[in-house]
This record gives sequence, structure tokens and C-alpha cells, in this order.
Amino acid sequence: MTRIIEVHRLGVVPYGEALEIQKHLVELRKANEIPDQLLLLEHPPVITLGVKTRNDRSHVVASAETLDEEGVEVFESGRGGDVTYHGPGQLVGYPIMDLRPDRCDVHRYVRDLEEVLIRVAAAFGVAGGRSSGLTGVWVGDEKLAAIGVRIARWVTSHGFALNVSTNLAHFNLIVPCGIADKGVTSLERLTKRSVAMDEVAGVTADAFASFFDRSPVQPALPPLLESHR
Amino acid sequence: MTNVVMPQMGESIAEGTIVRWIKKVGDSIDRDEPLFEISTDKVDAEIPSPAAGVLTEIKVKEGETVAVNSVVATIGMAGEVRTKGEVSEPPVPEAAVGQAESPATPSAPVDAAGDVEEPAADTAEGLRRQKSSPLVRKIAHEHKVDLSQVHGTGLSGRVTKQDILGYIQLGKSGPRPAAPPPGPTYKPGEHVHVVPMSVMRKKIAEHMVLSARTSPHVYSVYEVNFSRVSMLRDRKKAEYEAGGAKLTYTAFIAKVAIDALRQFPIVNATLDGDNIVYKKDINLGIAVALDNGLIVPVIKNADEKNLLGLTRAINDLANRARTKKLNPEEVQSGTFTITNPGIFGALYGMPLINQPQVAILGVGSIDKRAVVIDDAIAIRPVCHITLGHDHRLVDGADAGRFLSFVKERLENFDEAWM
Repeated sequence: MTRIIEVHRLGVVPYGEALEIQKHLVELRKANEIPDQLLLLEHPPVITLGVKTRNDRSHVVASAETLDEEGVEVFESGRGGDVTYHGPGQLVGYPIMDLRPDRCDVHRYVRDLEEVLIRVAAAFGVAGGRSSGLTGVWVGDEKLAAIGVRIARWVTSHGFALNVSTNLAHFNLIVPCGIADKGVTSLERLTKRSVAMDEVAGVTADAFASFFDRSPVQPALPPLLESHR
Repeated sequence: MTNVVMPQMGESIAEGTIVRWIKKVGDSIDRDEPLFEISTDKVDAEIPSPAAGVLTEIKVKEGETVAVNSVVATIGMAGEVRTKGEVSEPPVPEAAVGQAESPATPSAPVDAAGDVEEPAADTAEGLRRQKSSPLVRKIAHEHKVDLSQVHGTGLSGRVTKQDILGYIQLGKSGPRPAAPPPGPTYKPGEHVHVVPMSVMRKKIAEHMVLSARTSPHVYSVYEVNFSRVSMLRDRKKAEYEAGGAKLTYTAFIAKVAIDALRQFPIVNATLDGDNIVYKKDINLGIAVALDNGLIVPVIKNADEKNLLGLTRAINDLANRARTKKLNPEEVQSGTFTITNPGIFGALYGMPLINQPQVAILGVGSIDKRAVVIDDAIAIRPVCHITLGHDHRLVDGADAGRFLSFVKERLENFDEAWM
């Protein structure tokens, strides 16, 4: 029987709030009280530091004043990876999924997320690919989607960030993922037309569910989530 | 007593880095309670305790990387906490920091269930041997190659088919030295000051090793008489300055190099497998030294600019490189690079190619020298220029033609180009 995945499209959610929501859902998922979840949302402008960098801000190149001026928050998160930027126009996906019993392999999971996003890009006529040794989805030397994942007892959190119409200039505030010599791009820049966030979210939900062999349902927000809205 | 081992979080994972201990030595812990956090690739994972008891010893510190199945801690009964001096096993040497190559544990690790792991899995080296693909192992077997002697470029240092074939190829041309001697290991305080590399430093290191490994570098050095360029520069300097541009020798060299790249497209090419890819764009990289590293901003479509445009672009990129205000795309897609070791007084440099390009132009210092002109000795400003080129694609003759062209154009720089 195909497992269910609940897809929540949450709109714009501040990073801190999204962290709280994830934390709750991870606990519920660990306790097997809820099925797998996929949160799709956007963040207000925020720079997040991964576990590796939480004591090292050298990859945030912008000064505190610049960050203030641009209205960009800085946040420490529990996910893997280095520093990254989130902001409007970027589709963020947080799967809260139990990888047991058949997907207990963190690399495979990351590669799978890449595959889903490559398929999403393809749906918009963009040929994304992998760059050996560098996680994420790349088009040439430019990163289209970033991935950073946390796993606790095989329950996933954090996930991916796909640039749809992101203000790419904001990436100049950081050295994305600590990779100094590569750039970032977006679906809009690559397709040279405007791409609706809603459409990308829909395609992503479908691609994700179909790749991970889950049947997607879109229930009303559970009360716990509601309390955070 | 239960040994806690670095878990294998995936088939392709050979090592893990401990990013945080959630419990301290002496803390009591329940089975399945989160004990530590590890990081592999882009994934961080919280690892639960395999047993209930008291955390008696932490063997691997935060920030250290060890092979999968290495013992990272022990859990015992209350009162069993080890204090310094009564450690029965040799502690993990300081040298294990970030060096997965050294065995992380002296004894065969035992997991929670008491199963003895294969000793070969004890080290990244062993894992690499084990985890190389059947094809690679077959090739190794057929050629009697010890895989542990082959530098692996695959996942977690795994030996790929290219690695083994390359190794065998090299082996035919001469004897290979035995395994490289283990690098020096330093403890802070022992007459040394130990500082982790910055990310930029690491990237430069990786890129330079890659370049040295990828391209057979060959160098040609030419001497160029800079009298005319120097004269033109002096004459036009004020005019350019009025237009907000600081006219430097680099701009002249860039202009002439761009024309030479047009003339000799092989120098503006790259290798893609068995194909030669000629780049139609000329995207000129200019190496800029920073406090603790360097960066190579790129002037895209540099051939579409006149000398003033080039001068402005060079000024602008160099300034923003030094103030870290470059856009990411401004350091990408270069097709050829100019670097200037002469700034620091070097007569000439032998630069490494900025991959995947196939050549790099080094500019030496410009000094007055005695030169022979029409059998008379004269004093002239002279510059040595070097072309470092990838001999897979660019032969000495190509380099000679390229540099002759550059020399000729610089020595007879046409004022109309300004």
C-alpha cells in the first residue's frame, strides 16, 4: 500500500516559526502519530547557518549594518551544510519523512532530493544536473537549488530551497555553502520569463510524491501547525 | 561497557564528523536518547545512544572526522567514569583530527550488540579498498595493484576506474614511490601555532592540486620591450584619469592578449573528454591578490571592449575583489587568465592554470635594463611574460606564436587602439 504524504502549502513563514513547526512535526512523526509531511513555503529574507558554521560567520560577507539595511535576519539552524540564504521567490521544501524501512541512507536521500528537483526544473524546460562533490542542483556553474538535511532516528527535517524568482543579489551577502567560486541562478533567470511560485509548488509536490512513491493529500492544517500561524 | 561507534548512515559513507556531543562524560543516558550529532556531506544526523548507562568516555572530539565503525565513546555503569591517568587503551592521538587516513581506534571496534567488525573497516583506507567498485577491484587484481596505493578521487576518496587506469598508465612509465610518508602531525603549543585553513584557502588548495594533476604544464618566457607602452601610458594617463580610469600596464597587456586569443583560438579552448571545445567568448580572468588568498574576477566578452572599457573593468573588478563585493557570476566562466607576479617584484612567474582553461599569462616586473638595439647598448623598460600552457592541447609552437604576437603588439602598440 502506498504511504500517504501530507502536503502543506504554507505561504510565507518566518524562519524561526518554520523551525518550531518542523520540530513539532518531527516529534509527532517519530512517535508515528502523523504520516509523512511535506511543507512547501517561502521565507522572508534570512541567512541561515548550518551546524558546521554556527560558530563561524566568515561566510557571511556582509556587515551587520548591511544586513540590517537589507532587512535580512541571521539564524542558526540545526541542518547540515554551510551558510545559505532564503528569501521571497525561493520555494523551500521541508519533508518530515520517516526513511525507514527502505530508505535508510542519508546520501541516497540527498541524491533523491536532487533528482526530484532536477525533474521539477525539467518541467520548466531547464536542464539541471549534479556537480560532482557538490550537493544541490546545478545549471552549469550556477546553483539552482540548495540542499541541507537533518536526520534524527531516520526522520528527516530541513530539506531544499529552489530558486524560482529569488533576488539573486542577496546571495552576495554570503559565500553560498562555503563555495567561493560558484554562482547562483533561478528558474526565472534561466527561462527568461516569469514563473509562478504556485505552479512550481504544485509541480514540486507532484514530483516529490511520485518519486518517493507516496500518495499526496492536502489536509487542512493540523491544530499544532495552526497555532504557529 | 558498551562501545559507541560512528554509525554508517549510508552505503556510500566512509566517515563522519562529530559536530556536537549532546551529553558530557559522567551524564547518565537512556537507550535511544540523543547522544551526539554527526555531519556527513550535507546531512547532519542526531545519533541515539545504543545503551542505557553513563557516558564514561568520549574518544572523538567535536570537529573530528573518523571512519565509520570507529569507537567514538563508551557507555558504562555509574562510577565507571575514567579519569586521566587510568586510561587503559591508548587515547585517540591528536593527529586523528581531520585525518581519516590514520586508524581511529587501536582495537577492533565492537558495536552495541557485541559483534566484532571486520578489522579492514577500521580505517578509511580499508573502507576505500573494500568499497571500490567490483570493476575497479578486478582491474586492480589483474594488474596486481594494491588499491591502497592509488589516490582516490571518488566519493570518500574511493578509487574510481579513471584513478586505477591512470595509476596503471603511470606505472608503465616508471616506478612509483611507495606510499607517501605520513604527513607531519602538529600539536598546538609545540613551537607551532596551528590555524585551520579558511574556506578560500581550502578552495585554492584543492583547485591548485587539481590543476597540477590535470594539466601537464609547460612554460615559455618572452622578454618584451615596454618602451612604447610606457610612453603611451605616460601620454594618456591624465586623459584616462579625467575619465575616471587608472591606466595600468595590465590594461595594455589585457588588450593585446585578447587580440592574441582571437588569433589563436586553441589558447582560449578547453578539453572535454576527447573533444576540444573552442570558446567563442573571450572571458578574461585577472588574478587579484587578497589578504589571505586570491580571487580571479572575469571580464566577460572582454574582446568587445576598447582599452578604456578594459581599463575601467579591470579597476572596478580589482577594487570590488579587494572589498569582497563581487557578484558570484563575476568570478565564473573565465576562458583565459592573466596573473601578475611582477607586482611583488618577481622577474617572471610560473603560474598554474586556472582550470578548466588551458593557458595562463604571467606578467613579470617591468624594470629598466640594458638591452642591445642595433648593436648598441640602450636602457629600456623590459618585462618578462610567461605563458603556462596545458601541453595536452597547446604545444610549444602554439605558445611561441601566441607570445610572439603579444610581444610584437606590445612593442608596436598602435595609438589608434586607445
